[in-house]
Amino acid sequence: MRYSYYPGCTLSSTGVEYGQSVAAVCEVLGIELVELEDWSCCGSSSAHALDHELALSLPVRNIALAQPAGMDTLMPCPACYQRTLRADRRLREDEAWRREMEALLGFAYDGQGRPRHLLDVLGHDLPAEAISSRVRRPLKGLKPVSYYGCMLVRPPKLTGWDDPEHPVLMDRLLSTLGAEPVVWSYGVDCCGGSLSLDRSDVVKTLVGRLATAAAEAGANCIVTVCGMCHINLDTRQQGTQMPVFYLTELMGLALDLPGQEQWFNKHFINPLPLLASLGLVGQRR
Amino acid sequence: MTETATSFSEIIQARSGEPLHTCYFCQKCTAGCPVAYAMDYKPAQVVRLILLGRRDTLLRSNAPWLCVGCDTCGARCPNDIYLAPVMDVLKEMALEAGLAPAEKKVYALHQSFLDSIKLWGRTHELSMLMEYKLRAVDLFTDLDLGLRLMLKGKISMLPERIKDLERVRALYRRVGR
Repeated sequence: MRYSYYPGCTLSSTGVEYGQSVAAVCEVLGIELVELEDWSCCGSSSAHALDHELALSLPVRNIALAQPAGMDTLMPCPACYQRTLRADRRLREDEAWRREMEALLGFAYDGQGRPRHLLDVLGHDLPAEAISSRVRRPLKGLKPVSYYGCMLVRPPKLTGWDDPEHPVLMDRLLSTLGAEPVVWSYGVDCCGGSLSLDRSDVVKTLVGRLATAAAEAGANCIVTVCGMCHINLDTRQQGTQMPVFYLTELMGLALDLPGQEQWFNKHFINPLPLLASLGLVGQRR
Repeated sequence: MTETATSFSEIIQARSGEPLHTCYFCQKCTAGCPVAYAMDYKPAQVVRLILLGRRDTLLRSNAPWLCVGCDTCGARCPNDIYLAPVMDVLKEMALEAGLAPAEKKVYALHQSFLDSIKLWGRTHELSMLMEYKLRAVDLFTDLDLGLRLMLKGKISMLPERIKDLERVRALYRRVGR
């Protein structure tokens, strides 16, 4: 399986362990990622907050870069994914706008490759046996809640996600790894996103609600596929110390891939005591 | 206030593409909004105020600046109205009118983020956060967090500058930025 790859800005900064674990997991699963040459930022929340037109046009440059290869573009970040999907939708639906973008960016849109989120690719393109047959260390005793956040599933008319209120794809993958996912009601609630620095009080309130709800449901960790969710949950918990993993980190752990220690060392809330208590770290098998 | 109630709500509906006139005022948007508790006017009230033509009230409200764009309102609305695009239009109109943003730090962060993309083609946290700190006139909050992020290698000293920056800047010029 081969995809164009758009890592996005977060994966080389605050989400560096996400980027590293995505690379490791994809390599061992035979998912070849061809990084887009010279990609640029999607504009994220800030572009649409201040300028609707800028927000829709910024991702088009990356769509143009991806086009010659004709492959779907795999994106680990839900914000990049959703912003790019919106731009792609407008290219399909607004001919005058499409022509303007084509002239400005020097390409001819053919609509072949599509933006795809990592979770979609792992859950739908990859047969479950491809993962289960490689599990070396079943994550027994790990009780995660799946946290999807906002941008991945909504708006459903754009993303086409299985169920915008109660998606189940991540639970399925976690079960494949031998973990025991816990049902909760906050999987698609918001972490406060880009208010992290400028209204950190709001983020602390929302993150506190999530961590408390996870604990009340009987979970011992939270699993995410979003860099923004991860940093908010990992740095803004007050009073609780619920470890927060990227899905790909847990896949790397279950598949016993090299590099795990480096990933976990990047966390603010140290997940190693939890993993050690469950016998999930130490001697590689 | 120069526009009539009708023209104000029609401008917002045209710019956002959201059919606000179909609102039932069921208030599911307010009930599901994660940040409604911090807003001076709640999402359903914002819709009602738009339909009433309360331009000045809305352009001074903090609700548009606190909206995180999570789309919970739209996903649950019986009439498929998404309020994030409406909140974005209200922010744009407030800035066009020359009003000070009701949440100055939120504006400062967004502006610093957009400047970073224009400068490098990708965001560079360190220089972006320094610009934000200056714009927000808030030098000391979260310094410990920033330092720990740097020690963990999560904020790099140097930016990644893309080669074809000219194309990104052309997109900025197109919108007059």
